[in-house]
Amino acid sequence: MESKKSPTTKRATGSKQASRRKFLATGAAAAALGAVQTTAVPAAGQTAAPETKSLSDLIAYGDRSEYVKSVRVAVDERPSPDEFGLTFHVLTPLQDSVGIITPSSLHFIGTHRGSIVPDIDPKQHRLLIHGMVDRPLEFSMDDLRRFPAVSRVHFIECLGNHSKAKDKTVQETHGLTSCSEWTGVLLSTLLKECGVQKGASWVVSEGAEEVKGAGSIRLAKAMDDCIAAYGQNGEAVRPQQGFPLRLVVPGFEGIYNTKWLRRIKVVDRYYMTYNDYGHISKDEEVAALTFQWGPKSVITFPSGGQTLPGPGVYQLTGLAWSGGGAVRRVEVSTDGGETWKDAEIRGGVHPKAHTRFGMDWKWDGRECVVVSRSTDELGQVQPSRAELAAFFKVPPDYYKTHGVQGSDNTIQPWRVESDGSVHNAI
Amino acid sequence: MRFRVALTAMILCLCCGGLAAAQSSTDGTYGVGKTPTPEEIRAADITISPDGKNLPPGKGTAKAGAAIFAQKCAACHGENGYGGLAPILIKPEPPVKSSTPCLAPCIGPGSVMPLHAPYATVIWDYINRAMPFRQEGSLEPDEVYALTAFLLYKNGVIKEDEVLDQTTLPEVKMPNRDGYAIPDWKPGMPRPFPNKRKG
Repeated sequence: MESKKSPTTKRATGSKQASRRKFLATGAAAAALGAVQTTAVPAAGQTAAPETKSLSDLIAYGDRSEYVKSVRVAVDERPSPDEFGLTFHVLTPLQDSVGIITPSSLHFIGTHRGSIVPDIDPKQHRLLIHGMVDRPLEFSMDDLRRFPAVSRVHFIECLGNHSKAKDKTVQETHGLTSCSEWTGVLLSTLLKECGVQKGASWVVSEGAEEVKGAGSIRLAKAMDDCIAAYGQNGEAVRPQQGFPLRLVVPGFEGIYNTKWLRRIKVVDRYYMTYNDYGHISKDEEVAALTFQWGPKSVITFPSGGQTLPGPGVYQLTGLAWSGGGAVRRVEVSTDGGETWKDAEIRGGVHPKAHTRFGMDWKWDGRECVVVSRSTDELGQVQPSRAELAAFFKVPPDYYKTHGVQGSDNTIQPWRVESDGSVHNAI
Repeated sequence: MRFRVALTAMILCLCCGGLAAAQSSTDGTYGVGKTPTPEEIRAADITISPDGKNLPPGKGTAKAGAAIFAQKCAACHGENGYGGLAPILIKPEPPVKSSTPCLAPCIGPGSVMPLHAPYATVIWDYINRAMPFRQEGSLEPDEVYALTAFLLYKNGVIKEDEVLDQTTLPEVKMPNRDGYAIPDWKPGMPRPFPNKRKG
């Protein structure tokens, strides 16, 4: 069928498999060029060309509705794929999310150096654990399934998830976080199987991709709640997320969640890999803000780029999470932080996981600023940019024009204008 | 053998009322997995310690590195180590901003990667595992020592005739040696900021 629609709906003739691939490739290329809008609004009366996937294909593996257009986009600083064919950072469309689970197909992507997703045969894949252990061991994927599995809901968030004044939508301000149910073996189970030796204090994990991306975490974290995960949201981990095996380091910066996990070396000091040293800081206070994400939240409706059709009742909703544990409380202000009201937690509350909040909200049609802040089980409260400025002893407006050091968990303000349009109000 | 131990333990556990999450053998292990040979571990282990542990034998100088750089690196990183599509490797005079906006990890525009690393071993490790593009892992140890020497010489860290090897590489005093702090971490530990809520 000929189509004059956008590249994402364009469909070539030919074999179904090939055209599907071409469709995906075209979509990816369009996304890389920023041609795909984050909120696709078809012209009135326009009907999208149907995606005519064969019935047998749909019986084998279902698609979402052709009317659902929610897509990821590459960060604006660097296209993905780039001139080298490398994928860098790709943002998840939080503005369209419901509940707490990010669909695997929409999970954000962050990569070491930029990488090419490896094509790994799970039958050939092995995880080697060695170094300061009594029994170095190599596990096949079948071996890993012989250990007791855990399934836990955890967010993964890239350190680069910084909200900037120029960012327009919540996809741009916060799209480098996603949440999945991860299934696999606790890393502590595997390390106990190998027998960690006295004096060990760190582990270095390594991926099987072409750059063999590696990261260091303290042994205390490795023995706490890390997962060697082969499952994501009820099926195998997606290739872009590390198929067949990835390390999940709950609550820590995304870069430690090594994809395509092939090796873990137990060592006696901080090894400072390539991935690690880009994240280190000379300032001890900034350094102490790395590793573990602080309490964070963002309103996804109303959020930047959306439009309210007029005054009336809406469901204000968003996501809250913390690397310190479970979210205990989410407060919302519709007057820019002057007064606060507790939002309802709507859905499951899991440690180190996205948590959905919401509240009835009657918009009177006047300009206002909506913000949310979360408190976690450790009693940590999400700070405003002004509070962060006070902590680092810089002018109160400093972070309106400067990036936040380390991980950015500051409060995100959205300004609703009287015409119903919503804007980033950093 | 381990399997038999595991089986016995399982039976014991069942007798004890099926303790949840009980391990399958008396020593707490499951007896799953294959023991790799020392050769297999050596072949897989490309992780280099900042103190030089696990560096292979070999050596190289800046002079040897210059020729390898021209042949294997310049196409992406630029003839002079800057101005290419890939990150800046040699500090330009006067300084120029990298056309590469931000890397993962984000070292930042204008930063010179080999100067940012607190230990020269980090550079060696990364070149060895991740370069050159599309031929990752193909360099011989001598080539990696030579390239590391070349980049450190061109950035003013070592002299042109210095020989880098297993012993001298970890001893290189990098400009950013003291440029980092390692935070502590324990389960359930809050971050220093924000502080606990008052009242």
